[in-house]
Amino acid sequence: MTSQTAARELALAAIHDALGGFASEGELNSLGPDENLREALELDSIDFLSFVEHLSTVTGHRIEEDDYPRLSTLNSCVDFLTGR
Amino acid sequence: MAQFVMPSLGADMEEGTVLEWLVKPGDSVRKGDVVAVIDTAKAAVDVECFTSGTIGEILVPEGEKVPVGIPLAVIAEPGTAPVPAPAKPVRARKPTRERPPSKKPLASPPVRTFAAQHGIDLATVHGTGRGGAITRNDVARALTTEPRPAPAVRRITPYARKLAAELGVDLAGLTADPVRARDVRAAAVPPRHRAEPAEPRPREDRDDDAMRRAIANLMTRSKREIPHYYLSTTIDLHTATTWLRERNLQVPVTERVVPATLLLKASALAAKQVPQLNGRWLDNAFQPGSGIHLGIAVSLRGGGLIAPALQDADTLGIPELMVRLRELVSRTRSGRLTSSELTTATITVTNLGDLGVESVQGVIYPPQVALIGFGAVVPRPWAVDGMLTVRPVVTATLAADHRASDGATGARLLNTIDRLLQRPEEL
Repeated sequence: MTSQTAARELALAAIHDALGGFASEGELNSLGPDENLREALELDSIDFLSFVEHLSTVTGHRIEEDDYPRLSTLNSCVDFLTGR
Repeated sequence: MAQFVMPSLGADMEEGTVLEWLVKPGDSVRKGDVVAVIDTAKAAVDVECFTSGTIGEILVPEGEKVPVGIPLAVIAEPGTAPVPAPAKPVRARKPTRERPPSKKPLASPPVRTFAAQHGIDLATVHGTGRGGAITRNDVARALTTEPRPAPAVRRITPYARKLAAELGVDLAGLTADPVRARDVRAAAVPPRHRAEPAEPRPREDRDDDAMRRAIANLMTRSKREIPHYYLSTTIDLHTATTWLRERNLQVPVTERVVPATLLLKASALAAKQVPQLNGRWLDNAFQPGSGIHLGIAVSLRGGGLIAPALQDADTLGIPELMVRLRELVSRTRSGRLTSSELTTATITVTNLGDLGVESVQGVIYPPQVALIGFGAVVPRPWAVDGMLTVRPVVTATLAADHRASDGATGARLLNTIDRLLQRPEEL
């Protein structure tokens, strides 16, 4: 496993963890990588803020509101967190 | 002497189940104390006492479902001697069972008796019989696998037992007597993270049909009785969103405020300035609200809607309003509301912007007389000083009761919201 793959797996695990309060593990596993998270999981703006808070905490990086568009799908979240 | 009756926790409630008593005869209570947990079609509600005094007799035991208005307990008010409770009042009708038959675990009467004798809640037993029916063997198995508390010494309320099963709490580890739901909650493992701070009631625990029926009855009543009129305006949020963005850049992520908070605060202040829309229509007359208690329409995961009140919303600063909003939404979704939150709203706000629609023509919650709606904040072409530019805008709508107010009053409310949102720093 390349380090890049490992980093993406770690990022995905962090995202799953941050979404844990909103969906079951099964629901998260059935999410398509390019599905819109807020629509698929029916997250309102407060839910989304909780998600961002959690991600900020586990990654140790403050996520600004201007970054929100980059957090729209699982894939884009992973890209964002792994700095791509 | 006062009687504590099954409260009406909203215009759509006809009956409720006493899930748990938090007081016993002889206990002193003060107005506002939570004395019982009542299950409605929509939520388990912490019901507050309406008066101060001493609890006399408990008239309706835990687990029983009775119509609204039936006395549940007798309260001796201060200054009056705690006289013996009057004879048990005649019930309006035979109390129905705790759960609708369709939701009740399948078990034959002898099995039920067997389970009851051994203190086993059938809801916690896995049935292996035909059609998932619970057999005597299933109960026996539950008896041997479930850690048993010291027999016949401690009492555990049915609600506490059910919660313990839901939350995975070992009842043997609890020392309270009787063990109540709050003891179980205190012992429960904290939820995974703060997105849902209150303990969630599992979805299957709610009767979705009952929730749907309650909403159906209330909305039908609204459309049948209330002559609605509708107004709509589009508000430029350039100033408000710019101000909010600057503010959010300067605070920790945990103190970030979402735009909906500004819309709610502006609505509360506008309702204060246009009091004709803040209150209730009762007995063919408008009764002004005794404060701005903003009903917040909260959609539940898995369907359904509850609109609890954010009390005195006009007096809360933006950061505090945001905290209270998060907390209220979380408790609404986990089914932990108080009776006053369910009964005091004076005007309701529905924000459908998160669902991506641009506007909502709402249905008023009777007996309220107005409902404010917001759609999504979207970038749109906008004329400023004769020049075309792009601005973030939101469509604000008002559904109002024409018996209580006229269009000119409604227009004043929407225009006030617009004006307030142009000065976000003053909200």
